[in-house]
Amino acid sequence: MLTTAIIAGLVLGGTYALVAMGLTLQYGIARIMNLAYGETMIAAAFAAFVLKNALGLNPMAGLLLVVPAGFAFGYAIYGVMMRPLVARAGDRSALEIDSILATFGLLFVIQGVLLVLFGSNYMSYSYLNIPVSILGANIAANRLLALGLALTIGLTLYGLLRYTRWGTAIRAVAVAPQSAVLVGIDVNRAARFAFALGGALAAAGGVVISMYQTFTATSGVTFTMKALIVVIMGGVGNLLGALSAGLILGMVETFVATYLEPGLTLAATYAIFLALLLWRPQGLFGKATR
Amino acid sequence: MNGRLALVFAVALVALAALAFAPFYLGRYQIGLLIGLTGYVTLASAWALFSGPTRYVSLATVAFFGIGAYTVAALNEVLPYPLVLAAAAAIGLAVALVVGLSTLRLAGVYFVIFTFGLAELVRQLVTWYEVNVTGTLGRYIFMSFGPEQIYWQLLALMTITLLISWWIGRNRLGLALKVIGDDEVVATHCGIDIARTKLALFALSAVIITLVGAIQAPRWTYVEPGIVFNPTLSFLTLIMALLGGANRLWGPALGAVPLFLLFEWLSARFPDHYSIILGLLFILIVFVLPGGVAAFAERTFGQRKPDPQTYGAESALSRDTADARR
Amino acid sequence: MLEPIGGRRAPFLLLSTIALAALAIWPADSAAQERSSVKIGYAVSKTGVNAGGAGITTIPNYQLWIDNVKKAGGLEMPDGSRLPIELIEYDDRSSAEEVVRAVERLAAQDEVDFILPPWGTGFNLAVAPLFDRYGYPQLAVSAVTDKAPDFVERWPRSFWFLGGGADYTDALANLLVNAREAGTIGDKVAMVSVADGFGIDLVTAARESFAEADIEVVYDKTYPVGTTDFSPMVNEASGTEADSFVAFSYPPDTFALTQQAQVSGYNPKVFYLGVGVGFPAYGEENPAAEGVMSLGGIDPTNEANRDYRRRHHELTGQGPDYWGSVITYASLEMLQEAIKRVGLDREAVSRELSTGTFQTVLGETKLENNQLRNLWWAGQWQNGVFVGIAPPDRPGAATPRLPKTPWKN
Repeated sequence: MLTTAIIAGLVLGGTYALVAMGLTLQYGIARIMNLAYGETMIAAAFAAFVLKNALGLNPMAGLLLVVPAGFAFGYAIYGVMMRPLVARAGDRSALEIDSILATFGLLFVIQGVLLVLFGSNYMSYSYLNIPVSILGANIAANRLLALGLALTIGLTLYGLLRYTRWGTAIRAVAVAPQSAVLVGIDVNRAARFAFALGGALAAAGGVVISMYQTFTATSGVTFTMKALIVVIMGGVGNLLGALSAGLILGMVETFVATYLEPGLTLAATYAIFLALLLWRPQGLFGKATR
Repeated sequence: MNGRLALVFAVALVALAALAFAPFYLGRYQIGLLIGLTGYVTLASAWALFSGPTRYVSLATVAFFGIGAYTVAALNEVLPYPLVLAAAAAIGLAVALVVGLSTLRLAGVYFVIFTFGLAELVRQLVTWYEVNVTGTLGRYIFMSFGPEQIYWQLLALMTITLLISWWIGRNRLGLALKVIGDDEVVATHCGIDIARTKLALFALSAVIITLVGAIQAPRWTYVEPGIVFNPTLSFLTLIMALLGGANRLWGPALGAVPLFLLFEWLSARFPDHYSIILGLLFILIVFVLPGGVAAFAERTFGQRKPDPQTYGAESALSRDTADARR
Repeated sequence: MLEPIGGRRAPFLLLSTIALAALAIWPADSAAQERSSVKIGYAVSKTGVNAGGAGITTIPNYQLWIDNVKKAGGLEMPDGSRLPIELIEYDDRSSAEEVVRAVERLAAQDEVDFILPPWGTGFNLAVAPLFDRYGYPQLAVSAVTDKAPDFVERWPRSFWFLGGGADYTDALANLLVNAREAGTIGDKVAMVSVADGFGIDLVTAARESFAEADIEVVYDKTYPVGTTDFSPMVNEASGTEADSFVAFSYPPDTFALTQQAQVSGYNPKVFYLGVGVGFPAYGEENPAAEGVMSLGGIDPTNEANRDYRRRHHELTGQGPDYWGSVITYASLEMLQEAIKRVGLDREAVSRELSTGTFQTVLGETKLENNQLRNLWWAGQWQNGVFVGIAPPDRPGAATPRLPKTPWKN
């Protein structure tokens, strides 16, 4: 029972981590608090759904189409909408307010387009819903895929950011955008790239989640919120933090549901999150100052 | 009280009287509109009361709103109505104090997310309690009074909120808050008790929001957590206050009134494309009216008649407020 | 720059102007004129959390019915003339305050002739006092409540079409007892429910129904709305000796529970889930759904219903669900027929709805004490159709096939 719970928790946490990593890039590096993040995921989920139903394309192949599209979308949105706001903003808090307002508008636009195109129905299809046995626990292959993807993306990006010249530049932008300019880093380009990368990750998350979760045109906000919680827990802009926080959150939910009471899973999530914020406001892996 | 101030009060009083008598010459639907309007003006003003000067962006609005509504649902058959309202206010106050004591040292986006998490936590706990302790979910509110009474209560609450907001803006507390918003270190050096000031204001704002929920609840007959803890409310309140300008007395109202009417018009005229148009308008507003409607109005209308008689402490304070636009 | 007091007052003046102007130019009451159309209005959740439910049970059927009336040349009046429908629709954005105001608007401002109800138990209750005050008949379909008889007393023009929780759970208990007597299953049940009005109503009723039928509930947990991972609950349930698994769930949960049961290889002999099982996407062309049970169902031999399903698919591009949809449509047919018999007088229409007998897609339909009682309390997927299996003595009832065939992996 214990191993089953641990494995189920890790797999659930993989989904959370996958969802959160794009947001942590967008918020931590591009400094855009993107409230339309969940809508981007849902749009990708619809894309996967359409590709599968209309073209018979399996969602794994769909990933190859949808993820670049997510990147392009993020790239365009940053250039058109965010760049002027960044240029205009005097300080970080002004940008935070502006980006919250602007992306809140974007949220409605994407949601509205999805509603017009697909209606408000529940969408669901099943892909790779086959059991994989790990240490005696039966786990759905699609959820395992989410975990695998989260680990791969998280560790790869972490490696890139940590050990390449390009990554150092991006991190410099995250830590001190003003000083980064002084050492010849194109801050705008780095931020735009990070935002686009976040869009690509959101798209990947959306496609994978559509394989096992029922979604509607209006369910994006729940993903945004879950992602935000994971991002804050892990420390803003911290990929490994997001990964770990996601896994921890998954474990907590599974353990509460198994050993305590399924009715309290979400309450436990929020309670732990709130407690953590009070104890370490900079997140589990954040530095003391940001 | 100088002459101009008296004039402003006179105008406000006339407007208030007109609003108070509105139900006698308006139809039911217009009364419904007024309920929505006063409700949101009160929410946005109460929100700005705390969040405007301190720059703490709170998403806990619906937590308190829901607490108010739920208290009415739970107690409406047990206690007389005024006591129910008092109980709601007391519960709101208690929650606000507990939350405030533990969280007001958080800053920036951490506070934003914390308050959102708080709203969800309260909702989950209420749900869990109802399911496991009372064994039902969903409560009925059968009250004998009509929309006019709800409207009048909201109008009174709105007036009180605006008066409090005006009063704070004029006295030392307001100045203290502004310093906190600008720089907490400076505030400490000035001898301002930051924690206590913030806590007091947070509690005040929370109690007003709780009362809005409590007063509006009888409109819905049936109350369950999914209905009263709808997070959209927190977002709308925030957007309205920011759009209008959270640092102005009339700012939140200037955001709430046009947005509310816009929502109403859009959802009737374009029920299928409502979201898209709303979103585009939103983005447009951010780009065109970056300082909020109140600042825009002052720039456009306020400068036309500059009045040299109004020097003094009052205008120094308002200048500060104007500069503090974010 | 110095801020003159005039500057501080300006926003207030602007504000008052906006508010007064808005109230002044707000669409004024339309003058009474010669009747050239019938105004029908509704407020329903097109966006927000309730949009998913409204989008399957309510909105498509309103559209289908209005389209149908249009094709027929309008609503028929007692004198045989036909009047076209003038439609007014609002989005309540899944907010209780909005739905209340929208219905007030339809009644007091637009002065529509009839108002179709919103989606959901809570919202139907929220607007019930308004329907009553303005004298509109309320054909509350998407509302499951045991209190319907009380509501009918309180609001005499309200009509309740989907029964109460106890109706469904009594039928389920009865099914389980029959299967137990046939020796197919034991008397233990594992049960989960969503912490929401619907789930709690049903699970509370189920506890009583099961206790009366001497069915032992060995696992009984409630989970919050928005739960996405059901592996702990399915694993726990599968660890019990229960032969039957019952979930009073919402669509996303229903799909997730089914997938989880397949992955975990959990094969109870009775597999009964909540809302969502009746969606066409759940079981049409999906052999895995064979034998899954839920609320609702249809009589596959009913020609009118088959025709309805075909038309629904043609117009909206999707099939109707097997529970609330056809009832929603039937309630509209009743309204249409009542108008044909007695005209546009709302009092008379309410009386006719209450006492008349109607031919609808459900067959012959008659309300008892303002409630539709002739319903399918339980159904089961059999060969790609969700057929009604309870009450077993109702004409057209299929025989339950138990135990459910195991998932194929």
